[in-house]
Amino acid sequence: MGRLSVDLCGIELENPIIPASGTFGYGYEFSEYYDINMLGTFSFKGTTREPRFGNPTPRIAESPSGLLNSVGLQNPGVEKVISEELPKLKKCFHKPVMANVSGFSIDEYVEVCEKLDGEEQVGWLEVNISCPNVHGGGMSFGTDPKAAAAVTKAVKAVTKKPVIMKLSPNVSDIAEIAKACEAEGADAISLINTVLSMRIDIAKRKPLLANVTGGLSGDAIFPLAVRMVYQTAKAVNVPIVGLGGVSSAENVIEMMLAGATAVEVGAANLVEPFACKKIIEDLPSVMDKYKIENLKDIIKGAL
Amino acid sequence: MKQGIFEIIENEYLIENVLRMKLSGDTSEIKCPGRFVNIKLDGLYLRRPISVCDFDENTLTIIYKVVGKGTKLMEGMKKGEKLDVLTGLGNGYDTSLSGERPLLLGGGVGVPPLYNLAKRLISEGKKVTVILGFNKKSEVFYEDEFKALGAETIVTTVDGSYGKKGFVTDAMKELEYTYFYTCGPEPMLKAVYKTSETEGEMSFEKRMGCGFGACMGCSCKTITGYKRICKEGPVMKKEEILWED
Repeated sequence: MGRLSVDLCGIELENPIIPASGTFGYGYEFSEYYDINMLGTFSFKGTTREPRFGNPTPRIAESPSGLLNSVGLQNPGVEKVISEELPKLKKCFHKPVMANVSGFSIDEYVEVCEKLDGEEQVGWLEVNISCPNVHGGGMSFGTDPKAAAAVTKAVKAVTKKPVIMKLSPNVSDIAEIAKACEAEGADAISLINTVLSMRIDIAKRKPLLANVTGGLSGDAIFPLAVRMVYQTAKAVNVPIVGLGGVSSAENVIEMMLAGATAVEVGAANLVEPFACKKIIEDLPSVMDKYKIENLKDIIKGAL
Repeated sequence: MKQGIFEIIENEYLIENVLRMKLSGDTSEIKCPGRFVNIKLDGLYLRRPISVCDFDENTLTIIYKVVGKGTKLMEGMKKGEKLDVLTGLGNGYDTSLSGERPLLLGGGVGVPPLYNLAKRLISEGKKVTVILGFNKKSEVFYEDEFKALGAETIVTTVDGSYGKKGFVTDAMKELEYTYFYTCGPEPMLKAVYKTSETEGEMSFEKRMGCGFGACMGCSCKTITGYKRICKEGPVMKKEEILWED
């Protein structure tokens, strides 16, 4: 038990740093760059029942202090994730991994979770009901408390692993949604997914993204994420995984003070491939500076 | 992939709006022609991917056209300034497939990555022909540099103001070659694909997020499955290309 360790739903994390889904693939490719076992864990690429290419390109656009993406859940499908991606990961990552699950119907969420429940490497199921880039699923479950509750209940029935519901910021009252998930047995809440956004090429007078809209991430959304983590932490008792624009050890501390037990890092990985490594290495000295003995002591510290 | 700090040792205009930047730093991950680097610039969130024109043990040459915010910032940079650069990105060209008489075709700012490729092929004893395509005379660059390597160098301009009038594919039709390598705008790549009578490789461009395979922003469909332009590309073999329209 080190100074950085935290407990997330009964599983100890050596540190609270978790690369966010969609910024770290299935992990193994990043082990060429640094030893990914130094991470608390990571959340793998959003996985659906069927293989998906995702949306047409261009599906990346820049923004001041951030980027928009409309990737749309490109992934090889749960069968291949289990037969090909996880065995590759096992060779280089020796901790429980967070499995990120997405779907277009409650049945699909259930089927994917059920399959991943059988995988020993999977520590947690992070259920994404907040992807803004797919139609007829994804975010539509995360913007209605009843639908969010229904997904939570259905998924909880098929797995013994801790279920983390990943919420969308594109709602008027995120605490309501979090409470609805908690009431149906969610073991934790992660937030926020990306913020529904749009850019227009003023020379061509057309949207920059082929999908027209995309999700904004990066430094630009950090204050929004802190606010929503804080509001959610006041509303629920289950642990919160905070994310949205985190790029430094100071940001991690701020997120934890707002109520996060663990912290995911997303867009920062895409511009600084060693972002998570650096944050983990920086944390002890930043903790010293702010007289923090153990990180777990500051969770909800600002509430 | 490797992250390194590089120092600018040259940043000069080749022609209006096109500059050559030479950087000094650790180039050990570049290894083969056709790869790219991804450059962090102050005030811009995403890095800027630029193809490698040439490299040796400790210098890296890139050629860029000023088209947007990133390249505008680069245009204003001076010798001695430092840049945070990811190197060794992308798959690069495979010189082992070239045969004895490879043909290289570049269009506009698609010309630079062919330079180190030509150098490599010539050092391997191949007889290299290069077709450099531009819109007009004022846009022509690097003809002399390719000639100095010992490559048979043909320049085409669309308006006929310099070299042969027409497209690179007009010149291509008149040549015999064992394999081709190309880089340029997509309409040119399609034309080369149709005109070519041998196997070959084409380097593609797409808007990227990270440049090292993490974000899936630059994916494309190929005959052999989904590929990331930044990781399994930017160079694709002719036989795996699936044109999207």
